[in-house]
Amino acid sequence: MELTTFWFLLIGVLWAGYFLLEGFDFGVGILLPVVGVDDRSRRLAINTIGPVWDGNEVWLLVAGGATFAAFPEWYATLFSGFFLPLLLILVALIVRGLAFEYRGKRDGVVWRRRWDTSIFVCSLVPAILWGVAFGNILRGVELDAQHEYVGGFFNLLNPYALLGGLTTLVLFTLHGAVFLALKTDGPMREHAGRLAARLALLAVPVAAAFLIWTAITHRDGWGIALSAVAAATLVAAIPLTRARREGWAFTATGATLLIAVAALFVTLFPDVMPSTVDPAYSLTVHNASSTPYTLKVMSWVAVCFTPIVLLYQGWTYWVFRKRLKLSDIPA
Amino acid sequence: MDSIDLSRWQFGITTVYHFIFVPITIGLSALVAGLQTAWVRTGKDAYLRATKFWGKLFLINFAIGVVTGIVQEFQFGMNWSNYSRFVGDIFGAPLAMEGLLAFFLESTFLGLWIFGWERLPKRLHLATIWIASIGTMLSAYFILAANSWMQHPVGWRMGDGRAELASIWAVLTNSTTLVTFPHTLTACFMAGGALLLAVSAWHLRKGNQEEVFRPSLRLGAWVVLIAGLGVLITGDLQARIMTQQQPMKMAAAEALYNTTDSASFSLFTIGSLNGREEVWSVRIPSLLSVLATGDPDGEVEGINNLQAEYQRKYGPGDYRPAIPVTYWSFRLMIGFGALAMLVALAALWSNRGERRARGRWLWIAATTTVAMPLLANSFGWIFTEMGRQPWTVFGLFKTAGSGSPAVSTGEAATGLIVLTVLYGVLAVIEVGLFLKYARAGAPEIPADTGEPGDRPLAFAY
Ligand code: HDD
Ligand code: HEM
Ligand code: HEM
Repeated sequence: MELTTFWFLLIGVLWAGYFLLEGFDFGVGILLPVVGVDDRSRRLAINTIGPVWDGNEVWLLVAGGATFAAFPEWYATLFSGFFLPLLLILVALIVRGLAFEYRGKRDGVVWRRRWDTSIFVCSLVPAILWGVAFGNILRGVELDAQHEYVGGFFNLLNPYALLGGLTTLVLFTLHGAVFLALKTDGPMREHAGRLAARLALLAVPVAAAFLIWTAITHRDGWGIALSAVAAATLVAAIPLTRARREGWAFTATGATLLIAVAALFVTLFPDVMPSTVDPAYSLTVHNASSTPYTLKVMSWVAVCFTPIVLLYQGWTYWVFRKRLKLSDIPA
Repeated sequence: MDSIDLSRWQFGITTVYHFIFVPITIGLSALVAGLQTAWVRTGKDAYLRATKFWGKLFLINFAIGVVTGIVQEFQFGMNWSNYSRFVGDIFGAPLAMEGLLAFFLESTFLGLWIFGWERLPKRLHLATIWIASIGTMLSAYFILAANSWMQHPVGWRMGDGRAELASIWAVLTNSTTLVTFPHTLTACFMAGGALLLAVSAWHLRKGNQEEVFRPSLRLGAWVVLIAGLGVLITGDLQARIMTQQQPMKMAAAEALYNTTDSASFSLFTIGSLNGREEVWSVRIPSLLSVLATGDPDGEVEGINNLQAEYQRKYGPGDYRPAIPVTYWSFRLMIGFGALAMLVALAALWSNRGERRARGRWLWIAATTTVAMPLLANSFGWIFTEMGRQPWTVFGLFKTAGSGSPAVSTGEAATGLIVLTVLYGVLAVIEVGLFLKYARAGAPEIPADTGEPGDRPLAFAY
């Protein structure tokens, strides 16, 4: 396999990991106003992701850093081209991270209510915008001969990309509901379980619409095959959430996210950012990449250290595997 | 202002802001780990209380360090896309390594530390804070390797319109990195030590919790002194390397216009704003030559001579950084560091043995030390980065051509305003919380009740 292909796949893996992990964080944040009927239950919900959300977010940082190292042109074009949406995502991630850390550090009702609202809004916004961003990447954007984005902000808000945003929103929310049901006991488990069952019914048509639209416009064999698998795991999540088989349901929604990202990357290949102005202006794994030497160095680093990271992150989930109940939270 | 100027303001503001919290994170994480080690080894309650108290302050600080770091990671692509295209082949590598090797470590193990009090065996729990602390230092190493490459590009060759990596080893062992890393790291420890010193002094002045804050005061003061010594030694090394690699920066640090043997160092100058005419100054003979070359008679090149030389080498243009900024930031860096060391020394001396400092001025001075290393750190970076101008990569790539063509002036202004306002609000919130928990003092340790699994979660959100 060419190193550029390897790095394209690796960046796909990083995004898939990010969607899998921060996907449920976002979902929990979005569901906070629904499942958090009082202060204690909101704390319970937040504490299910407490030990892990920061580690989950690092998947994004590493995806960004890896893109910079392996495909500098892609990094430069993507983040300068999507300047305003990215700024919005950054603001949301900043406020959201502080909200987790700071909401419990004062007692005031207003103080907590403001941070709770922040958690909701700042989980919702990136959950939508990441879908919009990937929708635009897949659809292609207005790149000129220098690979600069010349389309302007409002061209990013096209129907296909917005449908992408809706898809990530419902998928993350469902994934979060399943996670809450998996990680709590008592009334919250019941409540989250019921929500998950309903959200699964909503997620299937939305995600199917997006995947079908993608299949029609791209006609990529492998992409369609993977999309079909992703759709199948999502459909499988419906009976699993109804039967309250939380572990399996979480596996199903997790698999959906992983495979859906795989489908997007496979469909995109070998482009990394297609140009709608002229296909010759598209950024591809070849014209966007670093030199073979840099890719080789980074491959060694990735091959040696990624397994270690997976091991200790996996261990964290093992340490905190116990379900939380209201009585765990100090009154 | 065009979008480059706006982006420069944004980068300067967000990075200096990030680096207010970074030194505290790096210094304090190791100090908290040390205090917890003391507790695990001696079993004394006072150490556990100190661990919890400083740990809480550490976490309030860490949270902002993390979230402002996210902006740093993407800013290069957003505002500096031409720069990213030009250097990505080299510069991206340490950045990606930082993420994979350091950020995962810090964030994962800190999560384990915060939530693991009741769930992990004592020693394993202790290990988590040490690992997180090592993660912060690794992170510093990689990002400084990236930055050092901008100060002194090594291990590269010119490719098709961009710089290409020729040797990763050369980049990671850049002589600039090897002196910048210990200088920055010791400067971070000064910040951590000063925080201990300052908050402890505040409590001791009121006679609060002597058993917790007296040892903390001593620890903090010693750390400021020892780390300060390290800062001096590495700073001296750094000055010499900088003189070879970026002579213009050294000349700008002293506003030395003409090449001089046995150059003096001015502690203080009153002159015209551009630094060209001197009205009055306090000077130490030969010190600049010693700093720059290690020899009291050494020759230090002047700004005018270098400007002429650079024009010959790089073509027409102005190669001088903003002289008043470099001149004063260099002095303020050293000055605030020295001041912190003096106060630490005084605090140690007047509290030696069983003694207790009497006059209230010492306590007040000790409480203000928290700001000194932070100011010194900021001025150090302002000096380093502004002294490099007009280059982003010294001798290779200019700031003027580094920006993002795709980002309009309006967008750049939006970014600058949104982030500045947001950071301003966050600063108010952070300082408020910090003061609240600093005033509250160290918590009492409740008597052990029940099985670990049944207790309410400690440190839960
Ligand atoms: C000398 C040290 C140093 C320097 C110069 C910088 N940082 Fe930093 N950064 C740290 C030392 C650090 C740290 C100690 O590792 C932090 C501070 C608080 C924290 O949580 O980790 C951190 C956090 C932090 C994070 C969040 C990590 C997480 O989620 O755990 C990111 C993405 C960055 N930084 C990126 C950058 C970039 C791109 C910089 C260059 C402009 C930069 N930092 C300058
Ligand atoms: C955390 C410590 C740092 C501080 C406080 C700091 C401060 C600054 C300041 C004040 C500027 C504006 C200079 C000017 O425009 O005149 C600047 C510019 C810049 N710095 Fe740093 N910097 C830090 C670390 C870094 C690191 C680690 C990197 C790279 C990895 C870096 C890369 C840059 C870049 C790309 C610019 C923009 C171009 C320019 O205006 O020169 N900086 N920095
Ligand atoms: C006698 C005392 C000191 C000397 C001679 C000294 C020397 C230097 C020099 C020459 C640089 C610029 C390096 C370059 O641009 O290549 C620098 C940068 C810096 N200094 Fe100092 N310094 C001293 C004290 C301090 C103190 C007290 C602090 C903070 C507590 C500090 C923090 C920094 C920081 C953060 C930087 C920017 C990062 C770097 O380039 O290392 N310095 N110092």
